Amino acid sequence: MADQSSDCILRFDGVSVRFDETPALDHLSFSMRAGETRVILGAAGSGKTVLLKTALGLIHPAEGTVSVFGDDITRRTEQEMSGLRSRIGMLFQEGGLFDSLTVEENVAYPLVNQKRARRLSPEQVRERVEESLRFVELEHTLEKFPSELSGGMRRRVGIARAAVTEPPLVLFDSPTAGLDPITANTIIALIVKERDVKNTTTALVTHRYQDGTLLANFRYNPESGQLEPLGRNGSAAGRTTTFMVMREGRLVFEGTQDQLEASRDPYISKFARQSSE
Amino acid sequence: MLDFLKSPILAMQDFFALAGRAFLNIVRRPHYFDDVFIQMDIIGVGSLPIVVLIGFFSGGVMALQMSRALSTYGATGQIGTITAITLVRELGPVLTALLVAGRNASGIASELGSMKVTEQIDAMRALGTDPVQKLVTPRLIATSVMLPLLTIIADFVGLFGGYCVACLLLNLLTPSQYWTTSYRAIEYNDLSQGLLKPFCFAIIIALVGCFYGMRTTGGTQGVGRATTQAVVVASIWVFVVNFVITRVYVNL
Repeated sequence: MADQSSDCILRFDGVSVRFDETPALDHLSFSMRAGETRVILGAAGSGKTVLLKTALGLIHPAEGTVSVFGDDITRRTEQEMSGLRSRIGMLFQEGGLFDSLTVEENVAYPLVNQKRARRLSPEQVRERVEESLRFVELEHTLEKFPSELSGGMRRRVGIARAAVTEPPLVLFDSPTAGLDPITANTIIALIVKERDVKNTTTALVTHRYQDGTLLANFRYNPESGQLEPLGRNGSAAGRTTTFMVMREGRLVFEGTQDQLEASRDPYISKFARQSSE
Repeated sequence: MLDFLKSPILAMQDFFALAGRAFLNIVRRPHYFDDVFIQMDIIGVGSLPIVVLIGFFSGGVMALQMSRALSTYGATGQIGTITAITLVRELGPVLTALLVAGRNASGIASELGSMKVTEQIDAMRALGTDPVQKLVTPRLIATSVMLPLLTIIADFVGLFGGYCVACLLLNLLTPSQYWTTSYRAIEYNDLSQGLLKPFCFAIIIALVGCFYGMRTTGGTQGVGRATTQAVVVASIWVFVVNFVITRVYVNL
């Protein structure tokens, strides 16, 4: 276990979360290593979002321990957490943008307000904001407010904001929920790009199996600027994608894509069959 | 009976926990000076016109009422004295605080409440910033600085309103009589309670507004409820604390 914890970025150990006695997470245990991609599937209300919020320390577990970058965060105070959170990027379901700030101010927010990164000059901040927005191809929206953007653009700004501090771990909460298939694929392509260019550990919560397939089987080619397919299992360049399926707060499956597709469990195979339908 | 008491006591505990963190953050890094100045502008400069207007008319009405009462004793020369004392001790601090409570406790509660229900407070935490540090402490500092200043302005404009009524409208005494008696009437005791009060009221207004904003639940309807509660509770506590401070000063 000791050698495991060294490169273990996120670790849940028997974690339970309850809201008024109804369990949202039920004795959940898993661990994520550096460089890994984790796809978390599950129906609505299965506890996927709660899982991500618990990983960030936004929700405190009733039982069990959560470790991030090897530190136990279960008993941390809010003040101690903010330093750690600046090393984790998070995209909220609807983008979670500040509606009274412009796109530029939104993306600059972590750079300007975090304790760690407050020594940047305004020019440097502006440069990094533009770079981050160029990454999601939205550099022309600097002065706009989030309400003036479409749903897909808002998520892209959310990705730019999550990635602007270049955190080693990025969590995505249903980035494709409520989007048309074309926009959804654009968003996932950006997530793959973010993962491969910045070399981040990625956890993606979704109810669409295609999102996971894209993440597992494609990689970003920096020369062509396009996604290209990997060999089966997506294990090239030391990358592994692990799938998890959640049901009513419990982890009912953890393994590779092949294992997921071979599963005979009706609940699990429903997710795997989605793509062929 | 115990269940009945449980929720107000829990709310009280949460309130003091928030207050403690807000005060602690004043000395803790990082400091968000930009937010403090923006809030000072919204709370202080934004309230200035209405505070001036209300101050002027409350001073004027005080002089009007007193002119009638004092004329029965043939003591209309004391109008300045009475206007000055009532304004500096009570009317100035309380009326200004009530105005700012109505204007800003509601503003703070609805702003923070909307942020809470749209998950922006959570986003703030997720981005590695403490919402109490970023939202509550700047509002607390800004209100505590601006409310005493607003009160001083309200007091002065109120005295001017009294002057307009007593000297220009009713022609009861000369300007120098009015200003000298009102200046002499005010002692250090009056000034200190007249400045201590708005300072305490400011803490109440800022913290109550933030408290109800931060614990908003239940969508847009919840925001409306939080706003109303913030104004009502802040106003009630302004009166209660005003009574307590006056009680202490009366015995001094």
